[in-house]
Amino acid sequence: MELFWYCIIAIVLAIFFILDGYDFGTGIIHLFYAKTEQDKEVIAKSAGLFWDSNEVWLVAAGGMLFMAFPTYYASVFSGFYLPLIIVLWLIIFRAIGLELRSHFKASMWTSIWDKSFGISSLLLALFFGVALGNVVRGVNLGGVENNTSLYEAHYFFLPLWNSSFSPTGTHPGVLDWFTIVIGLISVVTLAIHGANWIILKTNSSINKKLKNTVFKANITLLGLTIFSLFVWHNINPQPFSNFQENPWLIIFPLIYMSGITGLFFVKKYQNEMPAFLCSTAVILGGITSSLASMFPKILPSTNSTNESLTIYNTAAEEYGLSVALTWGIIGFILLFIYLIVQKRLMGGKIDHMNYGH
Amino acid sequence: MEDMLFYDRVQFAFTITFHYIFPQLTMGLSLMIVYFKWRYLRSKIEKYNDAAKFFMKIFAINFTMGVITGIPMEFQFGTNWAKFSELTGSIIGQTLAMEGMFSFFLESSFLALFIFGEKLMGQRLHFLTGFLVFVGSWASGYLILATNAWMQHPVGYEILENGKFVLTNFSSLFSNPWLLPAFLHNQIASLVTSSFLVASIGAFYLLRNKNQSYGKLFLKTGVIFGFFSSVLLAFPTGDWNAKNVAKYQPAAFAAMEGIFHTEEAGAEIVFVGQPNMVEKKLDNKISLPNVLSFLTHQKWDKQIPGMDQFDESELPDNIPALYYSYHIMVGLGTIFIAIMGFSLFFLWRKKLFTMKPLLWILLFLVPFPYIANLTGWYVAELGRQPYLVYGLLRTSDGISPTVSSGNTLFTLLGFIALYMLLGLLFLLLVGKTIYKGPKPQTH
Ligand code: HDD
Ligand code: HEM
Ligand code: HEM
Repeated sequence: MELFWYCIIAIVLAIFFILDGYDFGTGIIHLFYAKTEQDKEVIAKSAGLFWDSNEVWLVAAGGMLFMAFPTYYASVFSGFYLPLIIVLWLIIFRAIGLELRSHFKASMWTSIWDKSFGISSLLLALFFGVALGNVVRGVNLGGVENNTSLYEAHYFFLPLWNSSFSPTGTHPGVLDWFTIVIGLISVVTLAIHGANWIILKTNSSINKKLKNTVFKANITLLGLTIFSLFVWHNINPQPFSNFQENPWLIIFPLIYMSGITGLFFVKKYQNEMPAFLCSTAVILGGITSSLASMFPKILPSTNSTNESLTIYNTAAEEYGLSVALTWGIIGFILLFIYLIVQKRLMGGKIDHMNYGH
Repeated sequence: MEDMLFYDRVQFAFTITFHYIFPQLTMGLSLMIVYFKWRYLRSKIEKYNDAAKFFMKIFAINFTMGVITGIPMEFQFGTNWAKFSELTGSIIGQTLAMEGMFSFFLESSFLALFIFGEKLMGQRLHFLTGFLVFVGSWASGYLILATNAWMQHPVGYEILENGKFVLTNFSSLFSNPWLLPAFLHNQIASLVTSSFLVASIGAFYLLRNKNQSYGKLFLKTGVIFGFFSSVLLAFPTGDWNAKNVAKYQPAAFAAMEGIFHTEEAGAEIVFVGQPNMVEKKLDNKISLPNVLSFLTHQKWDKQIPGMDQFDESELPDNIPALYYSYHIMVGLGTIFIAIMGFSLFFLWRKKLFTMKPLLWILLFLVPFPYIANLTGWYVAELGRQPYLVYGLLRTSDGISPTVSSGNTLFTLLGFIALYMLLGLLFLLLVGKTIYKGPKPQTH
């Protein structure tokens, strides 16, 4: 039952990153590439029409995590207190940026909210990557000093960084050079994803240029990925043992790699869909591979006194998990139908669609 | 540790107060939108359709603010109340997760369809999307209140030896005797807020001599809805809630009614008075003997336990705030019935549209239902103290063990600044929408 909920939450989260991921990416592109008023308008619209329905997946994932793994929710949310509050602020500024830009037709007004949307998208992408980095790297559970825990074994508190920015040792901070690299991977990936989305949804004047950007960004992505694997191997003694024991798990990294490979041919594709699917594969593969490498851990401990958090020692009791299954499955199916209907209704390019806004 | 608890509580109180401003309007307004749209389907008079679409614009702004400020609430359970989340998450997580999955999804998807899809769908489907927005927002309220009801009056649980609450009966979360009265009272209170807003916009248009025909429609609809919802709010739903508090949280009841000493021959009802916490009595009070016993138990001489019957550690920790909140809510409720009663009378005599003084009153009445709603929640939440889960888990045992008070103070200041900005932007947008008024169909 724990395993089942773990999978559902992982899927919902992955869908969230794929869907809202293109909004973040759109924001990043908007920040750096959108020059003319018209481009700014369509690019913001390609995210603005969708962000709140994409956020549904985040709220759903959060709620399910709370219900199914309450100990984990409590530990992670209080332990990552500061970064989470930063993320909240960013979510809020991104949302108001998108919602407000078109309410008044004054260039100063629009440019303030455009910046708000762009910068917070960029930082959100970074922080989500950093979060993933923190989770795979692990934290000092129980706040161990000299072999004694300062708090209960499943709580911790991370400073934003420690003096050396080092990911090794028992006292990592939120930002160290490993998590920053993962954060950069996330920024690059989502920027590619967002660029593909813009190419898919609009006829903006920069679409040609964006293809070039995707190509170059993809090279960076490949480089960063190789570098991060190398670092990870050093800070975490056995990051790949799960893959050795269960070879079929290799499928997840393969999804990731096939996405990257596919992206190298971006300029050759005749229509826009394949590139978007490739960046989707990169996101999906990246998240699932990271999770698979740790399984069944969901937050490793960096000290030897307290054991890591796993899906088994943080889950709710059997009865609750099984009654939740009935409504959970119904809800999941509804969300899925809704996703398909929405993509159908709002398919195609959006430039000349008039939604009566 | 003490300040830690204090800052956590202030932060929660501040952020939830701000959050509640928005759903409080949207839940009631969605019902009124459905009503306007339904009238349009029946009569085919364009004005009703314009009204529905106009209020959906106001709804949408409030909805976005509700979402933006709701996410920090969900985060806070984990960030500031980690121990509480750990111990009770497997129970309250059920209703909270259902809210996220079903209600938010219904609201956000059908809201988009309602706003963008009228031409695409035809009128009947358009009505249906509006109706589903209403269902979504009331389902949100229901599931959130189910969560709150469990904290006020826990049911269907078992406590393990490590202190964790485990769910043993899912359906009892919804048959909780606290839930239905709280839900009805709360939803009707939300209808009061929205009908007062509708009436106020109507009064604004009439006083400004613009959008006259909409002004009349809004005023009339607002006053009719406003009167009936204000009455239903006091009786039966307010009364029913008071009986529940007397039954399940007698210490909270004594504090909110201001009964310091148990009267043998039945309790008096206090209209005005200031709690004096040193001498443990009410100063300057105006009261009627025995009425409270009658209202609560239908017996004039039934004894009601006063605060002297409870141990200090079982009493709410902020009795004056609780007492004043309760009296403000009930006082405002009475005033609402009176004002809306007058307005309805003059509406019926066909004088309301030209009665300037009354129109001015209705125009400026809008903040008061907000105050009444918020103080109502303060009654519920302060009355629950000193517990998080009534009788079982103390508030002081629910906070995060690793977050320091400095951090919470810092983020609290941040929230205050951020929410001031959000509040300004919100007023600007709503003001602009109201000022522009409903647009008649041009094609
Ligand atoms: C427009 C707002 C409004 C008005 C005029 C009233 N109420 Fe109220 N009241 C609420 C809005 C509200 C609320 C915000 O909706 C609450 C908070 C929790 C809840 O479920 O509803 C509430 C709670 C609430 C409670 C429960 C407190 C608890 O849970 O501990 C009682 C006993 C009453 N009300 C009683 C009344 C009475 C007797 C009223 C007589 C006129 C009244 N209310 C008017
Ligand atoms: C229905 C959903 C709600 C839930 C689950 C909920 C839960 C909580 C929790 C966990 C706390 C912190 C612990 C405590 O101090 O007791 C709290 C405090 C508080 N809440 Fe609520 N709340 C809800 C709705 C509201 C609303 C709508 C308001 C008002 C607008 C409100 C007003 C307050 C206040 C003022 C406090 C601080 C009380 C104090 O600590 O002295 N609550 N609530
Ligand atoms: C501590 C308690 C609360 C939490 C954690 C919370 C959480 C949230 C969240 C995450 C959202 C945005 C997404 C969504 O709808 O799921 C939201 C919006 C909403 N909340 Fe709350 N909320 C709380 C209190 C309340 C209360 C007391 C009510 C009403 C009774 C309420 C009614 C709504 C409604 C109707 C929305 C939809 C947005 C809107 O219509 O403005 N919430 N809430």
